[in-house]
Amino acid sequence: MGAYLLQRTLLMVPTFIGITLIGFLIMRLAPGDPAELRAAGGLGAAAGGGISVEKRGSVDEAMAQWRAQYGLDKPLHVQYAVWMKNLLTLSFGESFKDNQSVWGKIVERLPVTVKLNFWSILVVYLVAIPLGIYSATHPNSFADQATTLAAFVLFAVPLVWAATMAIVFICGGDFYYLFPPGGLESLDFSDNWSIWKKITDHAWHLFLPVVLLSYDGFAGLSRYMRASMLEVLRQDYVQVARAKGLQEKIVIYKHVLRNSLIPQVTLFASILPGLIGGSIIIETVFSIPGLGQLGFESVLARDYPTVMALFTVSAVLTLIGILISDILLSVVDPRIVFGRRLQ
Amino acid sequence: MSTNPSSAASFDAGALESSSEAAVTTGGLWSDVWRRFRRNPIALAGFCVVFFLALMALFADFIANDKPYYLEYRNKTYFPIFRSYIVGAKLGHWPAELLNVDFKKLEGAKAIFPPIPYRPTNINLLEPLEPPSAKHWFGTDKLGRDIMAGMIHGSRISLSIGFIAVGIAVIIGVILGAIAGYFGSWVDLVISRLFEVMLSIPTFFLLITIAALLPPSIYLTMLIIGATSWVGIARFTRNEFLRIRNLDYVTSAIALGVTDRKVMFKHILPNALAPVIVSVVLGIAGAILVESALSFLGIGVPAELVTWGSILHEASTTTFAWWLAVFPGFAIFITVLAYYLVGEGLREVLDPRLRGLR
Repeated sequence: MGAYLLQRTLLMVPTFIGITLIGFLIMRLAPGDPAELRAAGGLGAAAGGGISVEKRGSVDEAMAQWRAQYGLDKPLHVQYAVWMKNLLTLSFGESFKDNQSVWGKIVERLPVTVKLNFWSILVVYLVAIPLGIYSATHPNSFADQATTLAAFVLFAVPLVWAATMAIVFICGGDFYYLFPPGGLESLDFSDNWSIWKKITDHAWHLFLPVVLLSYDGFAGLSRYMRASMLEVLRQDYVQVARAKGLQEKIVIYKHVLRNSLIPQVTLFASILPGLIGGSIIIETVFSIPGLGQLGFESVLARDYPTVMALFTVSAVLTLIGILISDILLSVVDPRIVFGRRLQ
Repeated sequence: MSTNPSSAASFDAGALESSSEAAVTTGGLWSDVWRRFRRNPIALAGFCVVFFLALMALFADFIANDKPYYLEYRNKTYFPIFRSYIVGAKLGHWPAELLNVDFKKLEGAKAIFPPIPYRPTNINLLEPLEPPSAKHWFGTDKLGRDIMAGMIHGSRISLSIGFIAVGIAVIIGVILGAIAGYFGSWVDLVISRLFEVMLSIPTFFLLITIAALLPPSIYLTMLIIGATSWVGIARFTRNEFLRIRNLDYVTSAIALGVTDRKVMFKHILPNALAPVIVSVVLGIAGAILVESALSFLGIGVPAELVTWGSILHEASTTTFAWWLAVFPGFAIFITVLAYYLVGEGLREVLDPRLRGLR
C-alpha cells in the first residue's frame, strides 16, 4: 500500500504542475495590470479627477517600485519558479489587496468551506443512496417514476435560480422569514448561549446553503445508484442467492448493495469540483465568509497571489479527493488490488 | 460488430461511400435515429421546446420590438421592423420623419405593434420595478425595462452561447480525443495527462478568473466556456477511437495507404460520433447554466446587456421584486430541462447497449 501511495503521489506531480502552470499563465497573460489598478485606487482619493504630467511621472515610479517589490518585473518563467519555490515552504506570498499573508487568509476561511462541503457531501449520499435503492428495488413503480422525474427536474434547476428564489421568498424580504438571508450565525450570537442553542443557530444558518449545494448532487447520484443497482440485480449470483432461498432483505442489503456501491465511491471525486464551483455562488449569495467568497473577491480585485493560492488549494483538494476515492474503492472492492488500477 | 441490423446500420454510416448497397436497405443511421427518437414522447417534447426557443430567438425582433410591423403615417405606409434590418445592413436609411422618433407617440399614425411593444434596451425611468401587469406582462426592472422583452431577446444569447461554446468544445475535444485514441502510445499518454489536468482543475473558478480578467464580452464568454468544457467530449472521442481503431475496416484502410488524417476524420469519426452527440447536447445545457451563473455574478457579459442571468442578478439584490427572480430563472430551467430530455432521448436511441430495451 505504501508503494502504491508513493506511486500515485508521484504521478500527481506533473498534473499538479500542469494545473498551477495553467492558472499562472492565465493570471499573468490576461490584459490588465494589478499595479495600474492599485495606483488607480490610491489616486482616486488623492488626485480626484485629472492628473498632471509631473504627478504621472511619480506614479509610474511608485508603480515600478511596487512591481519590483512583488517580483512582477521579472520574466514569466522566473516568476513561476519563484512562486513554486515559495510554495515548497507553504508560502503563498502576501495579498496585493491588504498585504496580509495569503496563507493566513486561507487558514482562516478554510474551516467554513470545509464545513459547508462536508455536510453537503453527507446529505448527497444520505439522500441519494436510499432513494436509489428504493427505485431499483421497485423498478417502474409509481414511486420510482416519480423520483426519476423529480431527480431529472431537480438536476435541471439552475443553482443561481434556486438561490435567488430562496433569498426572495423565504429569507426575510417581503414574503416569509423562515431562514436567515446570510451569514453563519445570528448577529446576537454569544458564547454564553447553551450548546443546544448554538447548534440550532448554526443548523438554521447552514440549512439552506447545504440544501442548495447538494440538491443536484443527490439528484444525479440517486440515478447512478439506481442504474448500478439494477445492473447488479441482473447478475447471475443474485439469482443464485434468491434460488437458494435467502430472504429478499438479505439478498438486497448483503449481496447487491455492496457491489452497487462501488461506482458511487468513484463519483465522490467527480462531485468535488462541482461543490467548489457551487461554493463560490452560494457563499457569495449568502455572504458566508469561506474560500468561495474570498476567491470571488480576489478575482475581482486581481489579487494574483490569493487567486493562485486558492487555485492551488482547490486543485490539491480535488487531487486528494481522487486519491481518497481510489483508496476507498479498493476497500469496498477487494477485487481491486493496489497498483493494478494504474491506467 | 454484431449481426444486429441497427448496429450494422451505424457501421454503414461510416463507410458510406464504399458500401452503398447496405445503406440503401436501411436508410442510414440518422433517419433510423430520428425514427426511434420520435417514439419517445418525453424526448420529443424536449425537442419541441428547443425548437420553439430557437424560433423565439430567431424572431425576437418580431415578438418584442418598440417598432411597429406596419405603420401608416402622413399618408405613407412603412414596415419599420423590416426597415430596421435594411438600415442595419447599411442598404438604406430611415426617412427623415421617422428618424429617432418614438413610434408610439406619432400623431395621427396607424400602426400595428408586436405583442410586446418594447425592446430590452428601452429604458423608462418613470416605471421602475413595476410588478407584472397588462402593460408589462413580466414586470419591469429598476431602469423600467420590460422583463418579457429582455427575456425574449435574452433567449438569443443563451441559445448562441450554448451552440457556439459547445461548438468550440467539440472542435477541441474531437481533435485531441481523435489524436490520442488514434495514435495511442506516448501521444495518448501525454494527451491523457492533459485530460487529467483539465479534470482536476476547479473549472468554474478558472472560468470566473478568466472572465473577470478579460474585458466583458459575450463572444469572449462563449470562447472561455468552450475552452474549459471540452474534456468530456475529448475522453468519449478517445475511447471510441481506441475501440474503432482496431476494427478490420480501419486496418484495411491503413493497408490501402489512406492517409492518417483521412482515416481519422473520414472513416473513424462518423462511427465514433454517436456517444459524442449525447455529450454535445448535454454540454449545451451545461454552457447555458454556466453563462447564467457568470451573468448572475455580474462578470463575463457587458453590464448593459440583458440576459436571463443578469435579471436574476438584479433579483438577488432587489428581493421584493419577485418577478425578477421567477420568470428568467424559470426560462433557464425549462431550457436546460429540454436539452437534458433531448440528450437523454438521444442516449437511449444511440447507445447500442440500451437498444431494444424499450
